[in-house]
Amino acid sequence: MKTFEYIIKDEQGIHARPAGELVKVAKQYTSTVMIGKDGNSVDCKKIFGIMGLGVKKDQTVTFTIEGEDEEQASHAIQSFMSENL
Amino acid sequence: MNQYNGKSVFGGIAIGKIKVLAKGDAPVKRIHIDKPQEEIERYHAAVEEADRELSALYEKALKEVGEANAAIFEIHKMMLEDDDYKDSVEGIILNQSVNAEYAVAATSENFARMFSDMEDEYMRARAADVKDISERLIRVLSGKGEEDEASEEPEIIVAKDLAPSETVSLDKDKVLAFVTIQGSINSHTAILARTMGIPALVSTNMDEQMLDLLDGKMGVVDGTNGSFYIEPEEKILEELLAQQKKEQELKDLYETLKGKENVTLDGKKIMVYANIGNIKDLAHVIKNDAGGIGLFRSEFIFLERNDFPTEEEQFAIYKTVAETMAGKRVIIRTLDIGADKKCDYFQMDPEENPAMGVRAIRICLTRPEIFKTQLRALFRASAYGNIAVMYPMITSMKEIKAIKAIVQEVCQKLKEEGIPYKMPQQGIMIETPAAVMISDLLAKEVDFFSIGTNDLTQYTLAIDRQNEKLDDFYDSHHPAVLRMIQMVVDNAHEAGIWAGICGELGADTSLTKEFLKMGVDELSVSPARILPIRKIILETNVTEYGRIKE
Repeated sequence: MKTFEYIIKDEQGIHARPAGELVKVAKQYTSTVMIGKDGNSVDCKKIFGIMGLGVKKDQTVTFTIEGEDEEQASHAIQSFMSENL
Repeated sequence: MNQYNGKSVFGGIAIGKIKVLAKGDAPVKRIHIDKPQEEIERYHAAVEEADRELSALYEKALKEVGEANAAIFEIHKMMLEDDDYKDSVEGIILNQSVNAEYAVAATSENFARMFSDMEDEYMRARAADVKDISERLIRVLSGKGEEDEASEEPEIIVAKDLAPSETVSLDKDKVLAFVTIQGSINSHTAILARTMGIPALVSTNMDEQMLDLLDGKMGVVDGTNGSFYIEPEEKILEELLAQQKKEQELKDLYETLKGKENVTLDGKKIMVYANIGNIKDLAHVIKNDAGGIGLFRSEFIFLERNDFPTEEEQFAIYKTVAETMAGKRVIIRTLDIGADKKCDYFQMDPEENPAMGVRAIRICLTRPEIFKTQLRALFRASAYGNIAVMYPMITSMKEIKAIKAIVQEVCQKLKEEGIPYKMPQQGIMIETPAAVMISDLLAKEVDFFSIGTNDLTQYTLAIDRQNEKLDDFYDSHHPAVLRMIQMVVDNAHEAGIWAGICGELGADTSLTKEFLKMGVDELSVSPARILPIRKIILETNVTEYGRIKE
């Protein structure tokens, strides 16, 4: 299992478009990807779930990735986050 | 004639026939289903069809409004495929043995509510996206095709609300304007309208019942003033037509002049900067292509509050301005309180003649603690960009000496405390006849001059600016003032420094040629005046103009 935290730097937080792109990235892997904020955790492959978290700038989100390709998935998500959010 | 008002999403005037878009929003019926499994398959087929429609819309939007705006339809596709959404619809069909239309409508309500309960305004607006995809599904389920009524002429689209997909599926060439009763200025529809650059109003105070009566009537949308007229009287229509023509000309002018250098036909360059009083004005500065900020009236930071702003508060503001202007010059005028600009917490004694009283640099020199705080904030912020500091209401060399002593002390202190700072360029306002007369001496002591024509005219002509009865005596083009400007410019150049104008006269386009001939190096004006002035500069031949004048 892979776990890492990320602090959102984007002014608008995780709004619709980056949420959609994040789903796209997560869906490329078979591992389960969870994204959590303040103890709430949702499936990172579901756009409504991510948008429902209402993540804003300066808030910390935690990713938990588990499965065969967790190494690659974790890597891809980390670089997506730092490039886009 | 009827007139309604709404919130403006995009300015401009549109005149044309009204087209009311009625949604096929007959309430969805709840029907008992015997074979839920078949109903789920019907739902899956509808999802596939809706997905195809969205792909087509995405392609259309990509061509018309660009990738960033088209992305919403990709997001709609993901929402359509979202497992939570699917599970909810399928669950309702299975557990309640109901039709797919009803299950989608119920799911839509629940998901839309999740968004409309959120704190964030942007997320609240996303409830519209949920409803949009759900309505699409319901329409496909009910066997209706996409609405495709091709109209012959461009129309004003009026609706209770417009979903983003509806906005884009409209033929752009046939839409003059949007008017909706609902909708927020943050909705995707509003964003799209802005990108498409057509007049649009949301939250218009119209009765929903009215809509049916409007179809086919003549209407005018005034996006600039947020008004919507139905069959306006001839007189109003004429005015609006004239305004439309003017706006169009202005818009064309603006677009062609952006990015151009302020240089005359015979190669003389001049700096055209913006006057601002607030961080909020920065957007206008950038939009109007200002070469820098020629006058940031720092007193507005003081006037907006009930107590002195701290060094940190001031530092944050100056730093933001410097960083936003990204290396372009930002001239910040130190506190210019007094006369017509009063600030209670300064507890100034009442004066017989405030225009000639304790004001501007006179306050700063008599109450140096206020001045030092501002200078510290300015010198620190200076390290983040190209800040220049300008002192107002100078009348003597003695004042320059006093300012220099305080500046020296402030720098020494910052150095001792190890706080990073950068020494900015320092200039003065020339706005008293005294400063004009000794401008040769002052020029040797400072880095630049900026002529404040409002005060200079008032002091030179001995006319109180606040006294309306003197309007007939007031002549802003008085030769005395113009000669003073020439004198200041000449003395500045003699000493190798530059001189600009930051008063209202600088924005007077009937004098732009004259200023160019005088050798004025900079004009600082309100952001909206920059491009009209640039137009004149580009059309002027200074050598030629000088010959004619002689």
